Amino acid sequence: MIITALIIAISVITLFAVLGLVLVYMERKVAAFMQIRLGPMRVGPWGIAQTLADTVKLISKEDIIPNGADKFLFNLAPLMVTVIATLALAPLPFSDKWIIWDSNVGVFYVAAISSLTVISILTGGWASNNKYSLIGAMRSGAQIVSYELSVGLSLVAMVLLSGSLSFSDIVMTQQDAWWIFKGHLPAWIAFMVFIIASTAELNRNPFDLPEAESELTAGFHTEYSGMKFALFMLSEYINMFIVSAVAATLFLGGWMPLHFGQDNFFNHIMDYIPPLVWFAGKVFFIIFLIMWFRWTFPRLRIDQLLTLEWKYLLPISLINVLAAAWITVTGWHF
Amino acid sequence: MSYIENILSTSVSLLKGMKMTGYYFSHPKEIYTRQYPENRKTLKLPERFRAELTMPHDEFNRHRCSGCTACEIACPNGTIKVLTYMETTPDNKKKKRLDTFIYRLSMCTFCNLCVDSCPSDAIKFNQHFEHSVTERKQLTKVLNRQGSTVTDELK
Repeated sequence: MIITALIIAISVITLFAVLGLVLVYMERKVAAFMQIRLGPMRVGPWGIAQTLADTVKLISKEDIIPNGADKFLFNLAPLMVTVIATLALAPLPFSDKWIIWDSNVGVFYVAAISSLTVISILTGGWASNNKYSLIGAMRSGAQIVSYELSVGLSLVAMVLLSGSLSFSDIVMTQQDAWWIFKGHLPAWIAFMVFIIASTAELNRNPFDLPEAESELTAGFHTEYSGMKFALFMLSEYINMFIVSAVAATLFLGGWMPLHFGQDNFFNHIMDYIPPLVWFAGKVFFIIFLIMWFRWTFPRLRIDQLLTLEWKYLLPISLINVLAAAWITVTGWHF
Repeated sequence: MSYIENILSTSVSLLKGMKMTGYYFSHPKEIYTRQYPENRKTLKLPERFRAELTMPHDEFNRHRCSGCTACEIACPNGTIKVLTYMETTPDNKKKKRLDTFIYRLSMCTFCNLCVDSCPSDAIKFNQHFEHSVTERKQLTKVLNRQGSTVTDELK
């Protein structure tokens, strides 16, 4: 039991480190290519060791706690944000056998845990004793409270269609086709609403008002330096991975290979590609999509942000839940 | 109805933006970055790029500067100092001649006003942009060469 826990802990920490390095490098390269630049090129071939060098720099930096800051909460916030990101990783199926905790309420659990991130952001922002940090934290609060609804409702639509809250059951329901193909319009709308609303929950462009470099220097993590800042940044990328994994599992079949119908030649060919590759491919596709948003769209104003949620996404996803329920009851999906 | 129209037109315009960035992402040929120290041999600079003021001399070590100091007057930040002396020509006329043309690279903003103001095209900018030196005084340069004279047409 203890050995299993230890193995899981080590592999999760390794996954965190690798994801942090890979995603930051990917982000910088994607950004560079979209802006007709080359990006990091100096450290290693094509700059692949750039994030490693950045990590060494962040570790060796001085750890500054501002005067007048609440020291305990200031130190607690980056820890909390990392722990929350770790917790949300538990019920995700990485392949047919790789799952840390096969919970029967996995979707509900992830939705509940991921909304806790706002508490650590508020803690960090308030404890910094800095007006920019506080404004950023409060904006993050308003944003996550609003967009949590749309995320939840698009999850509800998918739960209605698949008839289960467990991630592994949801993957098994996609044996004949992924939900994005057999869920008709409600699955499409739920997918788009989920991607938009979770981008907002991740505090990424075009919804990066809590950070908003040009207005608030760096928002809630203005006063953080060195490794504590690195933990905030790391957990942002881990959260991005988790959101993408949830979207891949619910809409694109998780580790399930591309199947159409039952037991035909095409399905058998697709089965030769291992489930882990399918899962990673889908997750990185959605991560790329979110990065694509970030480097294309300009930041919204706070009123536009709330208008988008309360006047567009929320009514649309409410109607969408109704449509998904109708499809489920009449059995129109394949 | 305007509600749905709004959603559709917004989606179309967002997709248009994503098409643009997607095009650049999938076409690495468009990348504009050039890696400077590596491509030093093949570096191509834009035609109008200005780096350092020079005074061209012909094969007989003759420049075209008449010492009128128009460039010194035109310079907005005192980069140029033209030292002259008076020479008596054989037919007993006094004429101004260039002694030393001092150019302080450290103060130059490469605005090209000196070149524009020159009535005899004596000075022009070249494209040697690697200016770094170890001492500040090395940035103060004399542009006319040792023992150079003015061309015959300006005598």
